[in-house]
Amino acid sequence: MNFSPVHMHIPDGFLSVPLSIVLWLISIAVIAVATRRVSQDLGEREVPVMGVLAAAIFAGQMLNFSVTGGTSGHLMGAALATILLGPWAAVLIMTCVVGIQALIFQDGGLLALGANLFNMAVIGPFVSYAVYRFLQRVSGGQKWGVFVGSFLAAWASIFIASLAVALQLALSGTSPANIALPAMGGIHALIGIGEGLITLGAVSLIYASRRDLLKLGEPQPKGSTLIWVGGTLLALLLAVLSPLASSHPDGLEWVAEQAGFLERASEPSFTLIPDYVFPGVSNEVLATIIAGVLGTLLVLGVALGVAYLRRQKTA
Amino acid sequence: MHQLDARLKVPLVIVFILATSLVPIGAWPFYLLLIAVLLSSEILSDLGVLFFLKRAVLALPFVLAALPVLFTQVGTVWISLPFGLAITAQGVERFISVALKAWISIQAAILLASTTPFPDILLALRAMRLPKVLVSIIGLMWRYLFVIVDETIRMMNARSSRSGASSDPSHRQGGSVVWRAKVTGGMAGNLFIRSIERSDRIYHAMLSRGYDGEIRHLPLPAIPSIQWWIFIWSLLTLVVMVVLSRVLWG
Repeated sequence: MNFSPVHMHIPDGFLSVPLSIVLWLISIAVIAVATRRVSQDLGEREVPVMGVLAAAIFAGQMLNFSVTGGTSGHLMGAALATILLGPWAAVLIMTCVVGIQALIFQDGGLLALGANLFNMAVIGPFVSYAVYRFLQRVSGGQKWGVFVGSFLAAWASIFIASLAVALQLALSGTSPANIALPAMGGIHALIGIGEGLITLGAVSLIYASRRDLLKLGEPQPKGSTLIWVGGTLLALLLAVLSPLASSHPDGLEWVAEQAGFLERASEPSFTLIPDYVFPGVSNEVLATIIAGVLGTLLVLGVALGVAYLRRQKTA
Repeated sequence: MHQLDARLKVPLVIVFILATSLVPIGAWPFYLLLIAVLLSSEILSDLGVLFFLKRAVLALPFVLAALPVLFTQVGTVWISLPFGLAITAQGVERFISVALKAWISIQAAILLASTTPFPDILLALRAMRLPKVLVSIIGLMWRYLFVIVDETIRMMNARSSRSGASSDPSHRQGGSVVWRAKVTGGMAGNLFIRSIERSDRIYHAMLSRGYDGEIRHLPLPAIPSIQWWIFIWSLLTLVVMVVLSRVLWG
């Protein structure tokens, strides 16, 4: 079962530890606020509504349509959830979806979960909300504002989140900014169109059949100013930072080195196998190979030993 | 593996992945050590190592993101390519390290997920002081996930049976791209409406069974002391390993 077609879930091992921890902290803070807001809004209904809708967004990510030549459009759902339920509820729903994907389906790592939550459960709803609100204002509450707004909000949520992913990879020294940013951004600018079209289709269906579900005329939830200001800032920051970073990858590397102080451990005080070369063997290539073979044998030995003990136990 | 309490297993796996991330680039012996630990646990879990290797393929596409590192690290040139590109030894080292780390971490996560029943994971989340409400939402989501996935699959079957689907790959089903996107959007919207209505029914069912906004849980059972020892011992080993690898490889 591959539930997540949008390749935005960062696996473990790709992000530096300090960055992972910082993003964990930010995500936890936002989720804590969202939990409180949603319980205020929904009260005792929050558990069933949020639970079932999180399952729906999860399942909705299976929906796809073929675009051309094997590629297909998919749904991430952050924008749809934001438009229909408001940003705080969307944060909570996306948190559950992304969390389950990491815990059960190994979509995205556990240490990287903080970053994945930040990209999909914080940036996604915040940016969608900012864009959607902006178009609502511009259109003066007219019908076209809903439709254009939902398309653009969905597109922006994918595009901006992908820029965030690329920046995080670049900051971790995994992927250089001048390649990762245009590549991620370019691909997701296209993928975002699929997301936008699906979201638009979903919103227009609901507009036609259950207009009461679209929270149009209702008073905005408390703390919404914070979100749309935050969302706009996030979007602008990432949009401005990205071209800067991709044209000056060295600058980003400098930041990475400053931030990655944990990586700057002391010089090696002594070495077991100096420079990965086996002592006493003069040919470097040969020595490296021997070291590799020895190590592999060691691992196999340990594994076989465990297997053997295991068999004896069960026999 | 199956017996270890989830409240210890979840933090242990997270610390294992943290340790993997903290081992410096190019500390090959420590990667081997981590793989050895992992392989042993996989064998102990009785699921077959092949099972893990197959599922670990999931993370592979993401390795592409680290590919450019091959060319951009400054260092000794190994292979020169046209267009002024060059593969450096440092680049290769970094790339293989990142790929290995990802591969090790994902197997650890698979081990956790495949040896722990979901209710136990919920228990672990509760023990880790996640807000009660969030745990309840995740639990309810899990309970209805398969119901709604089935509903989605029924909708997708209905779509293919109404839009001229064919096994012939050159035959495109349905109308234009925009039309197809609109249909998919309609399905997403429909799924949403159905889910909202379902959550209404669930809420009323819960109300009629005495739900008052508070989810009641059984008290957490005690963890056997031997498992505590295993836990602490493993933690210490991991810490020692990370410190050693950082001292040796800096």
